[in-house]
Amino acid sequence: MNATLQATLEFLKLYWAPLLCGVAVVAILPLIVGYIVLVERKIMADMQARLGPMRVGPHGLLQPIADAVKLLIKEDIIPEHADKLVFWLAPVLSVGAGLLSLAGLAIGPAFQIAQDINIGILFVVGISALGIFGIVLGGWASNSHYSLMGALRSSAQLVSYETAAGMALVSALLFTGTLNVKSIVEAQSKEGIWFVLLAPVAFFTYLVASIAETNRAPFDLPEAESELVAGYMTEFSGFRWSLYFLAEYTNMIVVASVATTLFLGGWLRPFAGVSWLNFLDFVPPLVLIAIGAYCVLRVTKQPTRVQQLFMLAVAGLCFVVALVLAAPVVLPVIKPSLREAVAPFYAGIHGGFWFIFKVSLYIYFFMWLRFTIPRYRFDQLMRLGWHFLIPLSIINVLLVGVALIAGAYFQLHGWGLLLVTTPAAILALVAAFLILAIEKQHDARQEQTAPSDFYAG
Amino acid sequence: MGADELVINMGPQHPSTHGVLRVKLKLDGERVIGSECIIGYLHRGVEKIAENRTYQQFAPYVDRMDYVAAVSSGLGYCEAVEKLLLVEAPLRARVIRTILTELQRIASHLLWLGTHALDIGALTPLFYCFREREEILKIFEKYCGARLTTHAFRIGGLQYEAYDTLEKDVERFCKDFESRISEYETLLTQNRIWIGRTKGVGILTAEDAIAFGVTGPVLRASGVKWDIRKAAPYAAYNQYKFEIPVGTTGDTYDRYLVRMEEMRQSRLICLQAIENIPSGPILAKVGKVLKPPPGEVYHAIEAPKGEIGYYIVSDGTVMPYRVHIRPPSFINLQAFDRMVRGHLVADVVAIIGTIDIVLGEVDR
Repeated sequence: MNATLQATLEFLKLYWAPLLCGVAVVAILPLIVGYIVLVERKIMADMQARLGPMRVGPHGLLQPIADAVKLLIKEDIIPEHADKLVFWLAPVLSVGAGLLSLAGLAIGPAFQIAQDINIGILFVVGISALGIFGIVLGGWASNSHYSLMGALRSSAQLVSYETAAGMALVSALLFTGTLNVKSIVEAQSKEGIWFVLLAPVAFFTYLVASIAETNRAPFDLPEAESELVAGYMTEFSGFRWSLYFLAEYTNMIVVASVATTLFLGGWLRPFAGVSWLNFLDFVPPLVLIAIGAYCVLRVTKQPTRVQQLFMLAVAGLCFVVALVLAAPVVLPVIKPSLREAVAPFYAGIHGGFWFIFKVSLYIYFFMWLRFTIPRYRFDQLMRLGWHFLIPLSIINVLLVGVALIAGAYFQLHGWGLLLVTTPAAILALVAAFLILAIEKQHDARQEQTAPSDFYAG
Repeated sequence: MGADELVINMGPQHPSTHGVLRVKLKLDGERVIGSECIIGYLHRGVEKIAENRTYQQFAPYVDRMDYVAAVSSGLGYCEAVEKLLLVEAPLRARVIRTILTELQRIASHLLWLGTHALDIGALTPLFYCFREREEILKIFEKYCGARLTTHAFRIGGLQYEAYDTLEKDVERFCKDFESRISEYETLLTQNRIWIGRTKGVGILTAEDAIAFGVTGPVLRASGVKWDIRKAAPYAAYNQYKFEIPVGTTGDTYDRYLVRMEEMRQSRLICLQAIENIPSGPILAKVGKVLKPPPGEVYHAIEAPKGEIGYYIVSDGTVMPYRVHIRPPSFINLQAFDRMVRGHLVADVVAIIGTIDIVLGEVDR
């Protein structure tokens, strides 16, 4: 007994920080996801000439909490002939994989969510892909045709697009030679250029593949509302349903973080190495001050006293965060001797800001697409994956590799690498157009030889 | 049924069956190998009700069939009874009828566009379409106080005199609508995904369309130039210039293009009509109690969804002996099975959307 206690204490002593982080992630992430959903609804409303949630809290700011409460107190229904154990397990598996894959990410030089693993990216991609089991099992266990079809679509989609996404990641990893999350960002810091510029085609491939992987529009076929009601989630309700929902948005955060780390310079400020652009450090606090000021201006427009106070509180929060962001950049200006002392704070706080900012931009792009374009059909989606994205990403890996050898031969570094990578990207684009042209020819030939048998049967 | 076939019940509670249509789909994987439409969930016995109501009393019931194009249904009924009574509505009434019916055609097509796009996965056009449809409904509201089931006309002419700013309201709507319709087209017409989802999907050849008795935009998209507004002009359509858009292949994309062009043409008709609304009475001389002479009549008009026809038999009393309605949605829906075979599940919703059915009219 005593020995067990001893061992537990030893364990806690060693791993208290990652454990705490884990608890924090599980506790905070649902809230973050709730607010991402609110932002999504607001952006959607803005694009669709309407207001969006306005009732709960000022401008609907408390809507996520109302939604969460509603989902928690909803009746929990398990279909009659469902496989109860699998039905129970599936959403947990999905959300577990999503949350676990967050562990490998780093939101700044000082803040790794869990341990600093030397195969960080591999861990994240591998674990997040496990979430598909939750979807497939959930679809199977619900004993419904719609759910089954959603699950089938989802598994086929993930298998196809995971390949393209993996190949795109390889293109970027060629530049670093490491899978460690921190080293990848540091490599971009050393070169002084983000990999999105060195491997634009890989970034594009990853962007498309990651939308498909997270089942977002225009690739949201597994839950295609107008076709399959809600796909694999059809039979899930209340809290189980919200777990799937949480998993979907967590996956969005994960793929956005991977893209940010690999292609968009992680926590680095734009032009981090360029000293005359250091004034960019003042942008984050100023932006937050501007948001706070706007909130203060809007206070008088709020209909009730509670809403006015709430608005002021939001403004106050903005000002506090702005202060935190401003301190590490303003203090050295006032007293240069403090520069050394605030350096780690600067790296941590501003790194976090830029990381979250880039992740938000990436997620915003997802939302933008969702509201703008229609949905692919299943065969078109598969074709896009197998006939276009996978060949393109493989060709791109080869071209990037050749470009890197050439770069090493000419001893190019940083922006100089563009001299070899840009031709490689252009070649990859040419290859892309060639693939499309061949596709078109193939289609035309097929149409000539085999008339459609649409009326058969 | 083989072991590898899957039967799926789509509806009557399904997000994209546009009401309470129930489709039994026989699937091989995701491919449709057979379908069966099961209707009647919204049956109210409209035709039977007609036998127990006077001619005027029955007029509001027809609004409840195609409730997104109530004005058109009402016009068809009123004109059919007028034909039976051997009276003609005054010119002023006919012109105002034309304006309102064309506005209703735009409203109905807007609702089709929004929901059709939503079925295919484009979320945003729906809200833009509703924004414009709202303007039309406001004009209806100002005219007769109702927005949806308007009962705007009366046997022999109009129920109400046009309100003062009707011309101005219609003109303003038509002016704005020009750019709005281009806005929808920027979202869809050239969109690769949209083209991929609609081109070659649900092809209906001209012969098939005629054989099924399909009418309206679905028929015209198959390349048959048939529009009752031109073929047998009613209301005041013979006074206005307009084109009948036709398609070539009869696929979903063609039907989309035809309806978009029809909205443009309706706008032009409205603009021509408001230029010169003749003055005069709005009601022909009809008695308070309508007693048509014994006989029968069939009258059809071009509703937004196709030919809506009324076959009325009178036995000389105040109530019709029999009313039969030829609803375009019901007859167009017959072609569904032909259109859907061999396609994927995703195409099924696109095809339901493109036929543009209203279940109130299918089931009556």
